Amino acid sequence: MTIRTTVMEVMAEVGKMHDRQLAPLSDSLPLLDSGLDSLCIAVLVALLDDRLGVDPFAAASGSLPVTVGDFIALYENAAA
Amino acid sequence: MPLPEQRSFRDLTVAAGAAPARFAADVTRRVGFAELVAGGTLEPPLERFRGQSVLIWCERQLAAARILLEIDGIAARLVLCPSDFSPAHLPAVAAEAEVTAIVTDSATMAASAAGDLPVSVVDTVGRYAPSADCDRSFATEWILFTSGTSDRPKLVVHTLASLTGPIEGRAPASDVVWSTFYDIRRYGGLQILLRAFVGGASMVFSDANEPVAAFLERAGPCGVTHISGTPSHWRRALMSNAIDHIAPRYIRLSGEVADQAILDALATAFPSAAIAHAFASTEAGLAFDVDDGRAGFPAALIGQAGGKAELRIVDGSLRIRSPRNAARYLGDRGALKDAHGFVDTKDMLELRDGRYYFVGRREGVINVGGQKVHPEEVEAVINRVPAVRMARVRAQRSPITGALVVADIVLQPAAANESFDRVKAEIVAACRAALPPYKVPAMLRAVSSLDIAASGKLVRRHA
Repeated sequence: MTIRTTVMEVMAEVGKMHDRQLAPLSDSLPLLDSGLDSLCIAVLVALLDDRLGVDPFAAASGSLPVTVGDFIALYENAAA
Repeated sequence: MPLPEQRSFRDLTVAAGAAPARFAADVTRRVGFAELVAGGTLEPPLERFRGQSVLIWCERQLAAARILLEIDGIAARLVLCPSDFSPAHLPAVAAEAEVTAIVTDSATMAASAAGDLPVSVVDTVGRYAPSADCDRSFATEWILFTSGTSDRPKLVVHTLASLTGPIEGRAPASDVVWSTFYDIRRYGGLQILLRAFVGGASMVFSDANEPVAAFLERAGPCGVTHISGTPSHWRRALMSNAIDHIAPRYIRLSGEVADQAILDALATAFPSAAIAHAFASTEAGLAFDVDDGRAGFPAALIGQAGGKAELRIVDGSLRIRSPRNAARYLGDRGALKDAHGFVDTKDMLELRDGRYYFVGRREGVINVGGQKVHPEEVEAVINRVPAVRMARVRAQRSPITGALVVADIVLQPAAANESFDRVKAEIVAACRAALPPYKVPAMLRAVSSLDIAASGKLVRRHA
């Protein structure tokens, strides 16, 4: 399973867990318009840390991801 | 103002009678009360302790109890070191309590206590004359350690009068056999020692080095009728395969929040026992007992004047004023009471349907993106899930919200073979039904056990 599909899957899982109606996910969709609020994103980051063993935010020095594509890229780059 | 007649621990114990049925037992010995009051463990003359500040540092609780009997009313101050007392803290504690003598039952402890202070080594056998005619009229200070973290403990000043406040006026009951999971050098355990000795009953001591199953197997044949511990002690006991060895008629919980799950589990395990949970702390003393089998306490207790303990809520936390309050901290460790003489317990309360519930400690709050979560309120929900024996909720750092709520779960032995994913789903569903989303654990981990500190409380590490 690619990092991209894992991230998408866990996003859907968190959305379901928190009763959120997720917008159709695309790379250009702003993360905060995806239907996930900041609590959901915090949970998402924690679950991804657990599943992928990476927390790109721990080392993050720069800006926070704005779009879903930025978010996925963070994980892809961290795992690379 | 003339002082009321001062009666020592020994006076009160002797006055409760030495019925042949009365005994005190620990992991190695069983002693009748006649022997207990007729023999001394400290080499005479006891006059050498007059006016002294004596540090009692014993491995065996029975040894410590005998020393209390022998020199309360003679010494100026008795410092009660619990079993987990760290020698590293000895110099600071000795300085703060102005210790002038050390009494121990252990050669190892005597060696590590070596310094300029005189050390007396005792065992639990009363080989000396009892020094019954000693003047024991001094209002000795009893110094207890706070049960907090691994930091240097605060030293809390009680007297026998403040400690026995909760049991005043009770008729002696020689058919009662008390026991407790607590160390008697802790407030919760000391209450039980006093109930047994001053209350005319018998006492079975626990031991820090004894596994819980072995303790229950020993307590059962001793005929224990009354037994106390923290909710964590009780969860651990219910998880042992030896719980059937005891058949108490009275069960007491204190020291931590007693949630409905543990009260129900005990009621199921011991259908004919009376079950009470008490609110007490080392600083505030015993405030009240709740014996209706329900978590929390009736709202009417707050603000009642003229009761044994006056209760107030200030900034969400419970404050208590009563003659059972400790007097002060030793040394420069801050004020123990507020300007009105109330002790702030720092235990946060919430009112629901005419009843107050403890939601957690002020300093244990998890901050999830500015929203406050008390670990205990989440644990109470998780503990209601049938497959769960105990839970610890803690903070996990989050780059997004600062912190997140996560939980470590110990399953019931019967649920050990269940799929953890199924139990997880059940826990999440229970939390989502009872709590706002930010309080629902983001992650759940199965663990085989959770650490319980020597104080009997679940080990928490505050972020």
